[in-house]
Amino acid sequence: MRFSEAWLREYVNPAIDTDALVHQLTMAGLEVDSVTPAAGDFKGVVVAEILDAQPHPEADRLRICQVGAGLDQPLQIVCGAPNARVGIRVPLALVGALLPGGLEIKSAKLRGIESFGMLCSQKELGIEEDASGLMELPLDAPIGMALRDYLQLDDQLIEVDLTPNRADCLSVEGIAREVALLNALPIQYPETEVPAPVIDDIWPIKVQAPEACPRYLGQMIRGVNRHAGTPQWLKEKLRRSGLRSLDVIVDVTNYILLELGQPLHAFDVDRLEGGICVRWARDGESLHLLNGQAVTLQSETLVIADDRKVLALAGIMGGSESAVSETTQDIFIECAYFEPSLMMGKARRYGLSTDSSHRFERGVSFDLQSRALARATQLLLTLAGGQAGPVVERVSSEHLPSRPQILLRAERIEKILGLSIPHERVTMILQGLGMTPERDPLGWRVTGPAARFDIALEADLIEEVGRIYGYDHLPRRQPVIPAVMLPLSEARLTLDRAKDLLVDRGYQEAITYSFVDAGIQQLIDPGVEPLALKNPLSQELAVMRTSVWPGLLDAAIKNSHRQQDRVRLFESGLTFRPRGNDLSQEKVLSWLALGCQESEQWGLPSRPVDFFDVKEDVEALVALTGRLEELRFVAVEHPALHPGQSAEIRLGEHRLGLMGLLHPEIEKRLGFPSRVFLVELLDQVLRDRQLPRFSRLSKFPSVRRDLALLVEQNVPVDALLETTRGSAGKLLREAQVFDVYQGPGVEAGKKSVAIRLILQDEAETLVDTLVDEVVKKVLDGLTQRCGARLRD
Amino acid sequence: MTTLEDVLARAQGELLEADTLMLLDQVRVQYLGKKGLITEQMKSLGTLAGDERKAAGAKINLIRDQLVEAIDARKDVLEAEALKARLASETIDVTLPGRGQQIGGLHPVTLTLRRMSALFSRIGFDIVEGPEVEDDYHNFEALNIPASHPARAMHDTFYFDEHTLLRTHTSPVQVRIMESQTPPLRVIAPGRVYRCDSDLTHTPMFHQVEGFLVDRDVSFADLRGILYEFLTLFFEKDVAVRFRPSYFPFTEPSAEVDIACVMCDGQGCRVCKQTGWLEVMGCGMIHPRVFESVNIDAEVYSGFAFGLGVERMAMLRYGINDLRLFFENDLRFLRQFSAF
Repeated sequence: MRFSEAWLREYVNPAIDTDALVHQLTMAGLEVDSVTPAAGDFKGVVVAEILDAQPHPEADRLRICQVGAGLDQPLQIVCGAPNARVGIRVPLALVGALLPGGLEIKSAKLRGIESFGMLCSQKELGIEEDASGLMELPLDAPIGMALRDYLQLDDQLIEVDLTPNRADCLSVEGIAREVALLNALPIQYPETEVPAPVIDDIWPIKVQAPEACPRYLGQMIRGVNRHAGTPQWLKEKLRRSGLRSLDVIVDVTNYILLELGQPLHAFDVDRLEGGICVRWARDGESLHLLNGQAVTLQSETLVIADDRKVLALAGIMGGSESAVSETTQDIFIECAYFEPSLMMGKARRYGLSTDSSHRFERGVSFDLQSRALARATQLLLTLAGGQAGPVVERVSSEHLPSRPQILLRAERIEKILGLSIPHERVTMILQGLGMTPERDPLGWRVTGPAARFDIALEADLIEEVGRIYGYDHLPRRQPVIPAVMLPLSEARLTLDRAKDLLVDRGYQEAITYSFVDAGIQQLIDPGVEPLALKNPLSQELAVMRTSVWPGLLDAAIKNSHRQQDRVRLFESGLTFRPRGNDLSQEKVLSWLALGCQESEQWGLPSRPVDFFDVKEDVEALVALTGRLEELRFVAVEHPALHPGQSAEIRLGEHRLGLMGLLHPEIEKRLGFPSRVFLVELLDQVLRDRQLPRFSRLSKFPSVRRDLALLVEQNVPVDALLETTRGSAGKLLREAQVFDVYQGPGVEAGKKSVAIRLILQDEAETLVDTLVDEVVKKVLDGLTQRCGARLRD
Repeated sequence: MTTLEDVLARAQGELLEADTLMLLDQVRVQYLGKKGLITEQMKSLGTLAGDERKAAGAKINLIRDQLVEAIDARKDVLEAEALKARLASETIDVTLPGRGQQIGGLHPVTLTLRRMSALFSRIGFDIVEGPEVEDDYHNFEALNIPASHPARAMHDTFYFDEHTLLRTHTSPVQVRIMESQTPPLRVIAPGRVYRCDSDLTHTPMFHQVEGFLVDRDVSFADLRGILYEFLTLFFEKDVAVRFRPSYFPFTEPSAEVDIACVMCDGQGCRVCKQTGWLEVMGCGMIHPRVFESVNIDAEVYSGFAFGLGVERMAMLRYGINDLRLFFENDLRFLRQFSAF
């Protein structure tokens, strides 16, 4: 809502400057978005009249004007504006004048003809963008008067960003009410005389939807002169509020909209076929709107109709057919109250948002109509003549909003605001808000004003009291919180710790959108139908991810396009997996590595990252849970991964996640320059932690034995280790693979695996015979279960 | 015949020429070894008799001791030289960079979230997360935003169907907690939120932290106190804070919190649009209708709630000037936060 400060000050004129006023409004919850001057900074510009205009002998587009500016002699001005013609009054920048931007006007010769000043367009004066010609002033503008004074341009345009509950401030009067209250000043209302009807003509009105239109007022005015012209002061007020002047009838209705917040609509009586009817639209009805748009109506749309046709979208926009036009003589003015909850969202359905719908959706005062109509008629009769008929009013009291009486307890004000506010102060605030408080033993009994749709509860009143009192005048204290200790589970790995580990291992945390491109999603997780947004912003952000991989891959490819050839990213967040009618929103921790294992450096040979580098990340993470022994990797196939380099990760009984090399086909399709390894772990499974359990340290030396085994190449090392652990007995402390070899010396199809055994007893030093026995048991096991034999 | 003195003199000469420990040892063996010259002399003592033997023995011993001393001295010199040479040969260029892998870093949003969570959890707030795909009830209805409410227009909502949506704020967590737990409640709910809006200053996904406290005697003064404290501690400076009346359907009174612009100290700059103030969060006393929908007696309990944008706080804290950078995941951006 934009308004002119000068207009506001006609109502209430506190002795504070613009800055203080703006601050006051902002701190009362009417946040001021911007303050702009009503016109550019200029001086030396006066009202002048073109007395004579002759063509320039040297230039077709220039004219030599003689201009009267209230001086002894007319001034000669050379002017190029297309509308420069005899008789019009225009702004004249005299020699010595300063225009916005610092341009100083000097006498000059234009194509050999002297010119003593410049006639100005609106744009040159910083008033409007219009640069098409000279700014034409009313023919009664006093010649020689400073333009700033004549148009009262020393004014500020204040834009307030109103919250949706403050429809009561969508008018100059509404803002004035707040300012008056904040400054404890009375309001000067403009004088409204209810014009007595001079003709008997009424137009019939029928309200078929009283639930949506509990109050409808109509009045006929015959013989209106639409060409009467809108006075300059009214045009200026419209302009400063951001509205264009059209014709006197529309201008007056817009003026009342700005002044009081009441939208009005004028119909051309000649276009009406039968009485006015306020009703719900019938499916399939159509209407040509004033803005040129043709709409087909939906049944839950309220319309104004006559016997034959729909005339207007009620409270939104009029139709073009019944609108005031060139030939209009008699008009019917509508002034109604529409129920906000039934207006809500209706304009948007037709792609519309109008000054009128904006107000009706949020709530127009339901007792304003008769005053607003009187004010409009009074203005119209004054400015455009005509004869008014009697006002016809249709009211359905039962459908008008109710304003219940609210008990406001003094004790409750103190409890919520933390301050006891003096009774008189509260009473004054309530009165200033337009209520008549009655005393009650507990405090006050009040009824919310008709203009306020946000005062129904005690809490609403407490807010108002606090707001007007000033939030910054309310106390500040530290809440008292009981010193209750909170549980601190050691059996949970925190996500923070897990993330820190990845950071320490060289990964950079990424945050990618939770919605991804359906194509990439399909590529990575073809088995799942992802949850699709009904209203996505774009195709790239259309479906909910079922894995973090699509987002990480996208981030990685973009980084590699930025010449980052080594990318290590991780992300934690929810994935969204439809399960029948349900949706599982599961948190995962995922990461991705591509490029070299270490960044290129002097101290290490450069080599590409491989499966086992990334696997070590997984192992390190699981080590944080103390459950490394329960960790298993099982070769699996997954559509997104290389079939020979992908593993399901298991932790104890649970599936922890999946890891592997991005499938070469997908790698190529996405345009990666090198191989990409991916991991995704379920946060829930990762978080269960085994508390450390101390076991006694042996005093006796350990014994190491190395076994060099030959096995079929497809035997997984895990099987060898499992067997070793299973058959070694309780002396085994550790079994580790320390070499795997295929090549010369090992027959084709087989591989050599070297396993290190560490044996130790708690009670005695191991003797060779015992060690040999254990080794034999291990070997027997390996031979039987894995087909292994000792390498020669 | 060579005298013992001659032997000693010769040995001493040879010692000086021995410039390695190995040569030195050869000298030792030559004189003091089993068949060394001095040892031979000792052996020949047996041929002498009585006093003569005693005198000669004493002399040999003296010579031998002198020689041992000389060898030891020479050995010390040579060892010192050898050590010096080794140290010299092992000298490296300590300015070469360390080997291996550099550490990565956390996203600035995470850094900011951790900082906020820490400040609140240290005074007893629980940290709770909620679902991001929400139902209309928890995101709107229970928060006193019925279907036709104008405030819905302020939330450009992503929908899946009529009842399912992406949460537009973290406030539904407030409802979920109040539904399932009884006061006193002190909770911080951080997380991703979504709005159907994308331009220079909006991304369709961003992060919020919702905080609320419900107890028997909680007032707007507590809210003002705790938020003032939080903002001062978060920015680690005594920022001016102002509470501006505003409107949220789920709080009343409602306020927006502005801080004096941390970029220009309130003098007016591009970031604060010359106003000197930055809007950083919304807050208020929990609306009685919200309490009603979760069956908490508003006559007994009161509470405050606040919500703030994490990216905005991160931008102010770290001087980031473009919101969109947060989700582009450009490594050159992310690496700037590795120090934390």
